[in-house]
Amino acid sequence: MREIHVSAITDAVKKLCIDANLDLEPDMLRAFDRALATERSPAGKQVLQILKDNAQMARTKLIPYCQDTGFVVCFVELGQDVHVTGGLLADAINTGVSQGYKEGYLRASIVRSPFDRVNTGDNTPAVIHMDVVPGATLKLMVMAKGGGCENRSKYKMLTPADGPEGVKDWILECIKTAGPDACPPLIAGVGVGGTFEKAAILSKKALFREIGSPNPDPAVDAIEKEVLDRANRLGIGPQGYGGDTTAFAIHILTYPCHITSLPVAVTIECHAHRHKEATL
Amino acid sequence: MVKIGPDGSKDITTPLSDADVESLKSGDRVRITGVLYTARDAAHGRLMPLIERGEKLPIDVRGQIIYYTGPSPARPGEIVGSIGPTTASRMDKYTPALLKLGLKGTIGKGYRGQAVKDALRQYKGVYFGAIGGAGAVLSRFVKKLEIVAYEDLATEAIRRLEVEAFPAIVVNDCHGNDLYQEGMKAYAR
Repeated sequence: MREIHVSAITDAVKKLCIDANLDLEPDMLRAFDRALATERSPAGKQVLQILKDNAQMARTKLIPYCQDTGFVVCFVELGQDVHVTGGLLADAINTGVSQGYKEGYLRASIVRSPFDRVNTGDNTPAVIHMDVVPGATLKLMVMAKGGGCENRSKYKMLTPADGPEGVKDWILECIKTAGPDACPPLIAGVGVGGTFEKAAILSKKALFREIGSPNPDPAVDAIEKEVLDRANRLGIGPQGYGGDTTAFAIHILTYPCHITSLPVAVTIECHAHRHKEATL
Repeated sequence: MVKIGPDGSKDITTPLSDADVESLKSGDRVRITGVLYTARDAAHGRLMPLIERGEKLPIDVRGQIIYYTGPSPARPGEIVGSIGPTTASRMDKYTPALLKLGLKGTIGKGYRGQAVKDALRQYKGVYFGAIGGAGAVLSRFVKKLEIVAYEDLATEAIRRLEVEAFPAIVVNDCHGNDLYQEGMKAYAR
């Protein structure tokens, strides 16, 4: 049994929150460059160039890439041979969020209740998803999830008869209705299968895959590529000003499902795709 | 005041008159200099009951522009943190009433509803798009910031910004044009 003290978890989460908001991952920067090479719209090209500059400014001037520094969504993969000591794992994560958002000059965007809507002041609590996995390490996957794009995420229970074509059409419909509201170019995280809540969680986790990398399942990869191509023919373009780059990627995760069901959840993610990982 | 710059962009100085608004067309690139007031969901929620009761607002909106944004905190020595636009449609419920009071412009991102588009025509108003998610770049155009109302709302307080050449694009003009529809039509394949 390996022991990990909560202070190490707090420190890691704090750093991940700050880094995610200031330092866009290299796969996103490559996605901007690829889009700049193919985008036909002058307004779209200008937007992409400004977003590249924005990433550079965030990194060098330590100003968050986006003022909406997100809801912290934290996926934890806890090795079953790990013993967390010194306190509770969830508390350690939330303390890391609190420290990171205060010390990193990040915006507090969370209200304590959806009804009375009083800001908690330190962006806590995080949304935490925990999985127990083999091994003796603790993996933390942190995403600063923007609210504007999250508001355009959708769920639909399709029928088995709708099949892959129905899934493709639904993802496309989600991208189309999100349009300029969700800050395109977008990334669609898609969870297909499982139950209502399983599909939704998969749709978030799918966003952690490297942009531009193929899906390991060739059949699913073909679906992703087809939907991406169709999305980029919609004409929405960067910021919705018209253009060829409406989406950077479609990432699908699947799970076995009931003989009656074909659940499909689509998490809409904006170009401010801020996420970081650490393994303790 | 609206002037056409050498690069074809329009230089706007606040406050705006009806004639200024009428000269703006969807797709126009603009640089705004002068005052912007920030307000988003919670601040609009407090302004609305005042409007309904006919009471005085904490800011005089006549001729002004409201920027839908909730900035991130400023680091020491900085004027503001990141300050990009938020989704405008959440403010649709409140916008026609503010335009009726003389508000001339709003800055945000994303679609506006038909009631807002109708009100832009009726009261001579304009909806600008700023680049969503470019909050670091946009912070450089803010030269002064002060909280003028609802300080308890923190990031959602009403702030008075002084901006210089703040870049935006006309999305919905007062003539019924919509950049989003036109842009999509031009590039759909």
